[in-house]
Amino acid sequence: MYNALSIRVAGWLTQVGKVGNFLRDVLRSSKEVGTWAGLTAVQMRRIGVQSLPIAIFIAVFTGIVLSLLSSYSFTGAVPLYFVGTFVGKAMMLELAPVLVGLALAGRVGANIAAELGTMRVTEQVDALETLAYDPNSYLVVPRVLAATLMFPAVVAIATAVGIFSGWITAVNLLDLSTTEFVKGLRLFYQFKDLWFGLVKAMSFGAAIALIGCYHGLSTRGGAEGVGRETTTAVVRGAEAILVLDAFWAVVLL
Amino acid sequence: MIVFRDLYKGFGEKEVLRGFSLDVQDGETVVVIGYSGSGKSVALKHVVGLLEPEQGAVEVDGQVVHQLDRDGLRGLRSQIGFVFQFAALFDSMSVWDNLTLGLKRQNLSQREMSERARESLAMVDLLGSEDKFPAELSGGMRKRVGLARAIALRPKYLLYDEPTTGLDPVTAAVINQLMIRTRERLGVTSIVVTHDMTSAYAVGDRIAMLYRGAIRQVGSVEQIQRTHDAVVRQFIEGRPEAGADAEAAAAGGTA
Repeated sequence: MYNALSIRVAGWLTQVGKVGNFLRDVLRSSKEVGTWAGLTAVQMRRIGVQSLPIAIFIAVFTGIVLSLLSSYSFTGAVPLYFVGTFVGKAMMLELAPVLVGLALAGRVGANIAAELGTMRVTEQVDALETLAYDPNSYLVVPRVLAATLMFPAVVAIATAVGIFSGWITAVNLLDLSTTEFVKGLRLFYQFKDLWFGLVKAMSFGAAIALIGCYHGLSTRGGAEGVGRETTTAVVRGAEAILVLDAFWAVVLL
Repeated sequence: MIVFRDLYKGFGEKEVLRGFSLDVQDGETVVVIGYSGSGKSVALKHVVGLLEPEQGAVEVDGQVVHQLDRDGLRGLRSQIGFVFQFAALFDSMSVWDNLTLGLKRQNLSQREMSERARESLAMVDLLGSEDKFPAELSGGMRKRVGLARAIALRPKYLLYDEPTTGLDPVTAAVINQLMIRTRERLGVTSIVVTHDMTSAYAVGDRIAMLYRGAIRQVGSVEQIQRTHDAVVRQFIEGRPEAGADAEAAAAGGTA
């Protein structure tokens, strides 16, 4: 029992050490601007632009549900224009960043882990090193930077689309006028509502990309190893989003 | 000159190298032979710092590889071409981009880079394949592109990891010819890791047999062909039925 526990703790500490070393190496590699600068633009398109359809899909349906759910909850007790307040606050502060973040943990996290994992097991990462490239500068920094910059942009668009679909729903299904919806939306609005969601999105992007890269580059074995690390990257990415979500709520709200 | 000095390396419980020592003189081609999984590739990866030894060291021109800092290691790697077992071409890049990627680190002009890449492709008889992607190439072509990528760097040293494994005899012979041609034209020092004895006899100046983590015997091609060491004989002749006898002889110290 004691032995099993000590082995587990030792394993956990080793893992923490490996992650610490990885983060240190990535930070050091960020000095090689010439290596990652051009590659970051390519990754921004792959991570950001190509993630827009799924983000918009999520936002449209979340806006519809929020609008109907708030109207159902407020019935009689709260003026209906608070639907606008609820839709706006919920989309900006929580639902757009977290739901889009979770979806992108699957799309982006899995993509990065599978790509780098395949490169690892086919010795392409070793080949990069023998060509005098630092894999962290060439592979990790562009992805992390692109995800950190593009997640807020994707979340901002998702937020706008969610509010828009909430408004369309309210006007067509809830007998609420545009003026009332906008009145509710502007009520209690603070600039912090917006940047709070975007700061969260940045941290989600960085976490998902770092986790994807770490697991991808840690891949051992063949196809089975790639599959295992990809799954782990998605699960850890989703966990990181929920932990960071709580962290920012405690720190900033 | 490359020196492997009393190298030890293991992975978990498994000890792969146990006191591996070998000198490779400038200008020669040393072939390291040994059973699959005996640690030949592991030894080779120490030369470019892809692996770090648990004990011992690899020295390249007097520099201890695992003690080099990032810049030192980068400088060393720019002098070494590595041809991987399965070519390790970047599958998202064309043949041309695979070739020029390493050259971008050498601060060459665009014209010099193009010339170097074209010359290297010509050396492996693959001019005209610049725009193809690795998925469109046969196994032999991939190996040749891998070789072209390595020689495009104009390295002082070339390391080949199983260059003929998985190829038909004719394509393997083509790769052997390319290795000889590369050595003649560029004057490189080479280490070839293989268990293909036809290739070993064709390209090697000396042959070293890695057995149980250390060098069992090293000598010229003729010396290896005439060896009385039972373990080496069994390997070079590919006689499975001699396995038990050879093991017993090795255990008893008979050679």
